Amino acid sequence: MASVSMTVNGRAVSGEVEGRTLLVHYLREHLGLTGTHVGCDTSQCGACVVHVDGKAVKSCTMLAAQASGSTIVTIEGLADGADLHPVQAAFKENHGLQCGFCTPGMIMAATDMIRRHPEGLDEKTVRAELEGNICRCTGYHNIVKAILAASEAMAKGGKAKAA
Amino acid sequence: MYSVNYHRATSVADAASKAKGEAKYLAGGMTLIPTMKQRLAQPGDVIDLMHIGELKGIKVEGKVVTIGAGTTHAEVAASAAIKAVCPALCHLASHIGDPHVRHRGTIGGSIANNDPAADYPAAMLALDATIATNKRKIPAGDFFTGLFETALEEGEIVTAVTFVAPDKAGYEKFPNPASRYAMTGVFVVLDGGSVRAAVTGAGETGVFRSVEIENALAGKFEASALDAVTVPADGLMSDMHASADYRANLVKVMAKRAVGRAKG
Repeated sequence: MASVSMTVNGRAVSGEVEGRTLLVHYLREHLGLTGTHVGCDTSQCGACVVHVDGKAVKSCTMLAAQASGSTIVTIEGLADGADLHPVQAAFKENHGLQCGFCTPGMIMAATDMIRRHPEGLDEKTVRAELEGNICRCTGYHNIVKAILAASEAMAKGGKAKAA
Repeated sequence: MYSVNYHRATSVADAASKAKGEAKYLAGGMTLIPTMKQRLAQPGDVIDLMHIGELKGIKVEGKVVTIGAGTTHAEVAASAAIKAVCPALCHLASHIGDPHVRHRGTIGGSIANNDPAADYPAAMLALDATIATNKRKIPAGDFFTGLFETALEEGEIVTAVTFVAPDKAGYEKFPNPASRYAMTGVFVVLDGGSVRAAVTGAGETGVFRSVEIENALAGKFEASALDAVTVPADGLMSDMHASADYRANLVKVMAKRAVGRAKG
C-alpha cells in the first residue's frame, strides 16, 4: 500500500492505495469523480486526460502514488459554479460531441492546448494537437470548431484560465 | 496490472540503493506503465525517478548541450536554448507520441528503454552523444546494443546526455498511422564536413548508422546526392506494417527529407 495526498479540484485529499492503483481509478473509485473516463486501457484514447500540476496527462498511465503531492484538475473542476468554463461552453455551443464519452478528455486536452498557444490556434494546429485524443464517433469536425471558438473567446475575454 | 510496490527516490544515490531484485526504475512511465497494464512486465517494485532534482534541466554552454535524464519531451521541444543551437532535436521531441505523452515521457527513459522505433536513439547516435550514468560515461555508439537492449548494467541509471551541436542537423520520420512510432526515422548530421546518419524504426537490431546514406552525403550534403543510393534491405524489419524492402526505400526518402530540413 502507498499513502497518497494531493489537491484535487482545489480540495486536499489523502488516502491509502495499492501501489498499482492508477490515478484514474483513484479519481473515479476513491474520490467518486467519474467525469474522467477510461476509454481504451492502452494509453491511446485520451478519455482519461486530467491536468497534473498544470499539464495535461493521461491519468490511466500514471500511478496514483506518482501523483502524490501534486495538484490535479479534472473535468469536474473546470466550471465556476453554474458558469461553464469557456471551453465547456464552446463544446456545448458548437455541439462538439456525439456520444460524449471522449468529451471530458477532449475538453481537458483543449484547455491545456489553449494555454500552450497564447498566440492563438488554427485548424491544422488543433488537429495535430488532438493526436492523443480519439473520438470513436469521428466527431472531430465540431470538436475542432469548438476548440477554435473557445480559443478566440478566451483571447478576447482574457479568460485564459490556467486550469 | 500485477501487484507492485511503489518507492519514490529523492536522489540518484537513493534510487540506486533502492534497486534490488526485480525492481524497475520508473521515469515518465509512458512505456513501462502500459506494459505493466498489459501484464507484459511485472516488477515487484518500481522506483520513481521523477522527483529527483539532479536529473532535471537543460544546460547549453556554447555548442555543448547537456540534457538531464528526467527532462520531458515537452521541455526539450520548448527549449529556446536548444533551439538556438540544434533545432532538429526540438523538432524531434515535438513529434514524439502526443501532447500528454510529451508532458510525462523523458529523454532518459526513452534511451534506457531503447525501443527500436523510438525517436531519441537516432538523435543520440547521429549526434555522437555521450550518455552519462551514475557510474560512467558511455558513447551513444556503444550504448544502444539491440532491441530494447542497452549497455546499462543492473541498477545503473542514466543521469544525462551531452552532445556538441553540429553545423547542421535534421530529422524526419514516417510515423505509423496508428501508434505514431517511427516506421522509419532518419537523423542526419553535418559537422565540419563529416556526415552521420542514424536510422530508427527499421533495423532488426534497433537503431543503426547507414553507411550508404553517410557516404553519399559526404560528397555533397544535398537531398539530390541520395537519388542514386540504394539502401540494402538486409537486416531491416519486416512486419505487418511494412516489408524490409519498403523500409529500405523509406530510409532513403526520410534521409532526403531530413537533409532538406537540416538545410532549411
